Amino acid sequence: MSAVNHVVEIRDLHKSFGNLEVLKGIDFTVDRGQVICVIGPSGSGKSTLLRCVNLLEEPTKGTVLVDGADLTDPDIDIDAARRQIGMVFQQFNLFPHLKVLDNLTIAQRRVLKRGKAEAVRVARENLAKVGLEDKANSYPAQLSGGQQQRVAIARSLSMDPDLMLFDEPTSALDPELVGDVLTVMRKLAQDGMTMLVVTHEMAFARDVADRVVFMDGGVIVEQGPPSQVISDPQHERTKIFLRRVLDPTHVEVGGASDVDTLDASRSHETGTPPVDPTHRGGGGVGGF
Amino acid sequence: MTTTTEPAGPAGKTPGRSGGLSPRKRQQIIRYVQYAVFVGLVVVAALLADWPRLSDQFLNFGKLEGRWGTLFTTALKNTIIYTLLAYAVGMVIGLVVALMRLSQAAPYRWFALVFIEIFRGLPALLILVLFAFVLPVAFPIFANPPGGVYFQVAVGLGLVGAAYMAETIRAGIQAVPKGQLEAARSLGMSRGRAMISIVIPQAFRIVIPPLTNELVLMFKDSSLVFALGVTANEIELTKFGESISIEKVNPTPIIAAGLAYLIITIPLGFVVRRLEARQAKAR
Ligand SMILES: Nc1ncnc2c1ncn2[C@@H]1O[C@H](COP(=O)(O)OP(=O)(O)OP(=O)(O)O)[C@@H](O)[C@H]1O
Ligand SMILES: [Mg+2]
Repeated sequence: MSAVNHVVEIRDLHKSFGNLEVLKGIDFTVDRGQVICVIGPSGSGKSTLLRCVNLLEEPTKGTVLVDGADLTDPDIDIDAARRQIGMVFQQFNLFPHLKVLDNLTIAQRRVLKRGKAEAVRVARENLAKVGLEDKANSYPAQLSGGQQQRVAIARSLSMDPDLMLFDEPTSALDPELVGDVLTVMRKLAQDGMTMLVVTHEMAFARDVADRVVFMDGGVIVEQGPPSQVISDPQHERTKIFLRRVLDPTHVEVGGASDVDTLDASRSHETGTPPVDPTHRGGGGVGGF
Repeated sequence: MTTTTEPAGPAGKTPGRSGGLSPRKRQQIIRYVQYAVFVGLVVVAALLADWPRLSDQFLNFGKLEGRWGTLFTTALKNTIIYTLLAYAVGMVIGLVVALMRLSQAAPYRWFALVFIEIFRGLPALLILVLFAFVLPVAFPIFANPPGGVYFQVAVGLGLVGAAYMAETIRAGIQAVPKGQLEAARSLGMSRGRAMISIVIPQAFRIVIPPLTNELVLMFKDSSLVFALGVTANEIELTKFGESISIEKVNPTPIIAAGLAYLIITIPLGFVVRRLEARQAKAR
């Protein structure tokens, strides 16, 4: 069996919503300890792919193996399978009626049947991991977005998952809060967690990912190490996408983007003065 | 085109001020006229009314002498018991029907829909009478139900309440963001567990104001028990007021019963408004 080292193995995955075919035959694997970043334009099916991995969406066709178990088998105990798979959502989805600590203990107690003392111990351990021990007794609404997302990560970790799925975990955050969440995710990767991350954070993908998967139109266009896919993309669609993401103000940049333009786009410290594309001189008014 | 800065020039003919009066002034005058008409009508009504007769008929609380105890310890108490029993039954059945309405199994959905349409579509009085008189014949086990009229009321009014509460609770469940169920499921919770621990508690928070309002409605509907044959011990406010009124040939006891209802409904209404305001603020 080749499945031993593949935490995730996806074969010929198709997913349609009505007549709309969103995933058109996806094949890929994630090995233990690997970090895979999935990038691609909006609507390309990244979230759908991720949600098929824990069966929040039911694949139309194909197989999804997680830890060797076929999730598409109708007789599988899907709740048991999901215990191994942590999921972090763009909108955090913390339980607003429960305190932070209870957010972390409820599934441990109800699903894993852990005793209260143990559940609390595990919860506090994971809160410490994300730097939020002192927020145990707060309600989610009392936390910033970045803190909420870190609690959501700790909540998933409390189930001792084999695999963590992240669906654009920083997209809903104010820019100054993104770093805290990414730091937690980097640490997680260093500790050997197997991670499948949909993200627009190219710096994170470049630094942390073992492999970057570029999706467009429901298929994987290209995949490989970040040094290849991000820094030296082969396909025209990848190049166009990266140009847009890395340097949104310079749409007509010539060559493939490299690491330098990447950093430049994150902090506006380039020599070139930014040309505002929205600035249209209408009526000759002084504007600002 | 240059616009002058201040409209109040000496020869200030500004657009929007065609007549001599500003819209605000005109509004004020209309308001005063309304007040005057209203006060006038009240005064006329007060002058035309036969006050001595009115107070003799409707505020003759002496007619209740010796009955105040029964009013509060029996009639009001029974009204509250009928209400709470029916409300509890309605809440439980309402929750079940709401869940059936949202079930993935089509037969459950249909059953829930039929249930809701029937019990919302029929008058509560009819259902109560139906349960009191028809069911014991149809099902002999109901001939002598434990709890007698209390049982009949709990089931009859409870089913009516359940139909309304089911729709309210369903709306509450649907108002809980989909991500909550997904987060719970992704933590390995079964659908049922996720509903119990995550979705339903949030749904109830959302629908507490309308459910409290339902309690007010049910409190008033408990007066329909009046149509059933009840013993002196089972009497509730409306029946109490009516029977003493007949006995004393004076409607004041009905007023007294009405005041007893208001003792409960006005504070509850206040609570509902507070809850609604708090929720509006939390949005
Ligand atoms: N439940 C659904 N029902 C119908 N269509 C859906 C559903 N979920 C997603 N889609 C459609 O599937 C396509 C892919 O959606 P998906 O969310 O996977 O894209 P994405 O790559 O994650 O995009 P984004 O970067 O905007 O999150 C979109 O066209 C979307 O409208
Ligand atoms: Mg998405």
